Amino acid sequence: MLEIRNLCVETDGKPILKGINLSVKAGEVHAIMGPNGSGKSTLAHVLSGRDGYEVTAGEVLYQGVDLLDRAPEERARDGVFLAFQYPVEIPGVSNVYLLKAALNAVRKQRGEEELDAMDFMAYVREKLKLVEMDESFLSRAVNQGFSGGEKKRNEILQMAVLEPRLAILDETDSGLDIDALRIVAGGVNSLRTPERSMILVTHYQRLLDYIVPDHVHVLANGQIVRSGGRELALELEEKGYSWINQAGAAGGEARP
Amino acid sequence: MTTATDPYHALVNREYSEGFVTDIESETLPPGLDEDVIRVISAKKKEPEFLLNWRLEAFRHWQTMREPRWASVHHAPIDYQALSYYSAPKSDADRPKSLDEVDPELLRTYEKLGIPLREQEMLAGVIGGNVAVDAVFDSVSVATTFKKTLAEKGIIFGSFSEAVQTHPELIEQYLGSVVPVGDNFFAALNSAVFSDGSFCYVPKGVRCPMELSTYFRINQANTGQFERTLLIADEGSYVSYLEGCTAPQRDENQLHAAVVELVALADAEIKYSTVQNWYPGDAEGKGGIYNFVTKRGDCRGDRAKISWTQVETGSAITWKYPSCVLRGNDSIGEFYSVALTNNAQQADTGTKMIHLGRNTSSTIISKGISAGKGHNAYRGLVKVGKGAEGARNYTQCDSLLIGDKCSAHTFPYIEVQNPSASVEHEATTSKISDDQLFYCMQRGLDAEDAVSMIVNGFCKEVFRELPMEFAVEAQKLLGISLEGSVG
Ligand SMILES: Nc1ncnc2c1ncn2[C@@H]1O[C@H](COP(=O)(O)OP(=O)(O)O)[C@@H](O)[C@H]1O
Ligand SMILES: [Mg+2]
Repeated sequence: MLEIRNLCVETDGKPILKGINLSVKAGEVHAIMGPNGSGKSTLAHVLSGRDGYEVTAGEVLYQGVDLLDRAPEERARDGVFLAFQYPVEIPGVSNVYLLKAALNAVRKQRGEEELDAMDFMAYVREKLKLVEMDESFLSRAVNQGFSGGEKKRNEILQMAVLEPRLAILDETDSGLDIDALRIVAGGVNSLRTPERSMILVTHYQRLLDYIVPDHVHVLANGQIVRSGGRELALELEEKGYSWINQAGAAGGEARP
Repeated sequence: MTTATDPYHALVNREYSEGFVTDIESETLPPGLDEDVIRVISAKKKEPEFLLNWRLEAFRHWQTMREPRWASVHHAPIDYQALSYYSAPKSDADRPKSLDEVDPELLRTYEKLGIPLREQEMLAGVIGGNVAVDAVFDSVSVATTFKKTLAEKGIIFGSFSEAVQTHPELIEQYLGSVVPVGDNFFAALNSAVFSDGSFCYVPKGVRCPMELSTYFRINQANTGQFERTLLIADEGSYVSYLEGCTAPQRDENQLHAAVVELVALADAEIKYSTVQNWYPGDAEGKGGIYNFVTKRGDCRGDRAKISWTQVETGSAITWKYPSCVLRGNDSIGEFYSVALTNNAQQADTGTKMIHLGRNTSSTIISKGISAGKGHNAYRGLVKVGKGAEGARNYTQCDSLLIGDKCSAHTFPYIEVQNPSASVEHEATTSKISDDQLFYCMQRGLDAEDAVSMIVNGFCKEVFRELPMEFAVEAQKLLGISLEGSVG
C-alpha cells in the first residue's frame, strides 16, 4: 500500500525528517508516536501533499506509484485521507456541501456516478451513526463553532463518507474527553477493513487502548528510532519520551 | 397622447435636412448630443409633451454638471459627443456572423453556465434571422401568458415606452419623483436620452403572484445603454423583481448609465434583485463596460419596505449605490450586496440609507471580493434626519482578498441628526487561507472549486436573499468569474 524509503524533508531550510523508512501493507494499522516537534505532522502533511515542504531525498510509493509528484487533490481522490490535527473553519460553507462535493470528486475518480442529493443524504445518514453525530451537524458551517471533540468527530465522519484506502489520522485523540475518545475510536474501528490501511499519529498511548495497532513506531528528531508491536506503546507510556530522546541523541538506530 | 409628435417630427426634418432623415429611417442617429437629438428621440418614441420637456430639463441640467470625480475608480475620459444616443439594435455589419467569430472565452463561459446554443447566439449578438425571430417569438408567447395573469390582478408590467403610451398619467406622476433630473451627472444624462426599460405598477393590496423575471430577461437584451426603470407598489402590495441575466453579455456600448426608481407606498414591499454580469473586458480590462447606475427606492408610506439584493461580477467599472429613502414611519430599507472584482475590474459600490421617518430601520450587508488586480470599494452613507426618532441601522461590510495584488477599501459615512438613533457598523477583511485551501483540496476538490466554495460561503448571507433559482446561477457565476485567480 505505502512504501516510504529514506524520506528526508526540510522546511525553511531546516531538516525535519531525516531518512524515514516505513512500509504499510493493506489492512494494517500503524501507530506513529513521538514527542512534540518530532515531525509527525510534517510526515502526515508531506504524504498528503501540503505546500511548504521540500523533499530533499528519498521516495514514497503509494500502490506502487510515486506519490510525491502528485497534486494533493489527486492523492485525495485516489484514496489518501488526512484527518487534520487542527481542522479549519470555513465560514458559510455547510458541512453537507463540502462532504457532497468531496464525495463526488472521489466517486468521479473511481469511475462511479455522482450521487444526487437524495441518495447522498441517505448515504450520509448511515455514516453519521458511526460517529454518533446528529443530522443538524450537516447544515452547520464546516467546523465553525464546533467544540474540539466535534471537530475531530467531523474528521472521522468525512473519512467514513470518503472511504479512503489510506487514512492518516493526525492526533485525532488530542483534546478529547473519554466519551468523545470512545466515540471517535469506535468510528475508526468500524472503518477497519482488510483493504484499508491506517496511520495513527499520536502523542499518547491512550488512543491505542481503543484502536489496537498492528505496529508501533517511535519518531524522534525526524527519524524512526524504534519499531515494534503494541507493547512498545506501553513501554513508552511507562518510561516516557525522555528515554527515547536519549536513545535518539545517542544515535539510536531505526530497527524496523 | 401622440398629438405632440407631429410638430417635432417637422422640426426634426428641418433641422436635420442633410441625410438625417434617412438616418432616422435606419434607426440610428449620428454621434453627438444636443437638444435636437433629444427632440428626435422623443419624437421617434411618440412621447407626450411633458416627457419631452422633462428630458430637455434634464439635458439643461446635465450641461451644467461634471462627471463625479470622487468615486474610487479610474478610466479614460468619456467623449459624450462621440456617442450615438439613439440606436436600434446593432447593425448586422457590426455583428458576428456566427459563433465562430465570437470571443472563445465568452463561449466557454456560456458552456459552463449550461446555456443552450441558440440562447448563446442571442446573447453574443450573432446574426441569424432564425435565432432572433425564435427568440422574439419565445418572448412574445411568454410575455402573453405573463401579461394575462398579471392583467387579471391589475398589474401593469411592460416596457417603459409602452407604458408611456398606455399610462402616461402614472409616468407623469412618478417619473423623476425618486431620482430627480438633476440628481447626478449620469442620472441627468439618462433622463435626457433614456432609450427604454421596464415599467411596473402593482395596485393596492395586490401580491404579485410571480417573480417578474423571465419576461424581463428576454426583453432586456437590447434595451440599450440608457435604461430607465420605474416600479410602483401601491398601498399594501408586494412585488419581487429580478433584473438582469446571469450570462455575460457582449455589447458594443461601452458606457451604460441606467436609472431605476422604486416607489413603495404604505405597507407595500418591493424586493429588487440584480445579477449584473456585463462584459468585464479582457484580463487588462480592454473592451469592458462602464456601468454607472443610479438606483433608488422611496419608502413613501408608513411601514413600507424596500430590499435591494445585488450580485455584481461584471463590468470593467461599476459605479452603483442602490439606496433607500425611508420617508414613511416604521419603514424598512435593506441592502445585500456581493461585488466581485477580478483582473483589472474596478467596483465602487455601496448604498445610501436615508432615514427620515420615525422608527425606520435599515440593514446593510456588503460582501466585497477582490482577486487578481481587482479594486473593490464599498461606499455607504447612513443618514438619520432630525425627525427620524428611534431610527436604527446595522451595517456589516466584509472584504475577502484573493492573492496579494488586489485591494479593498471601505468608506462608511454616517450622519446622524437625531440623538435617539442607533447606528452600528462592523467591518472585516480576510484572506482565503492556505489552510482552508489545503483542507478542501485534501478532500478532493481542485483549487478553483475550493476557492469558489469558500467564496460562496463568504457570500451566503447575501445569496440567501436571492430567489432560489437566481442564487444557484449566481453561485456558478462567481466560480466562473474567479477562474484563474489561484494557482
Ligand atoms: N511551516 C514550518 N516552518 C518552520 N518550521 C516548521 C514548520 N512546520 C513545522 N516546523 C517545525 O518542524 C518540526 C516538526 O513539527 P511537526 O511535524 O509539527 O511535529 P509534531 O507533529 O511531531 O509535533 C518542529 O520543530 C516545528 O517547529
Ligand atoms: Mg503534530
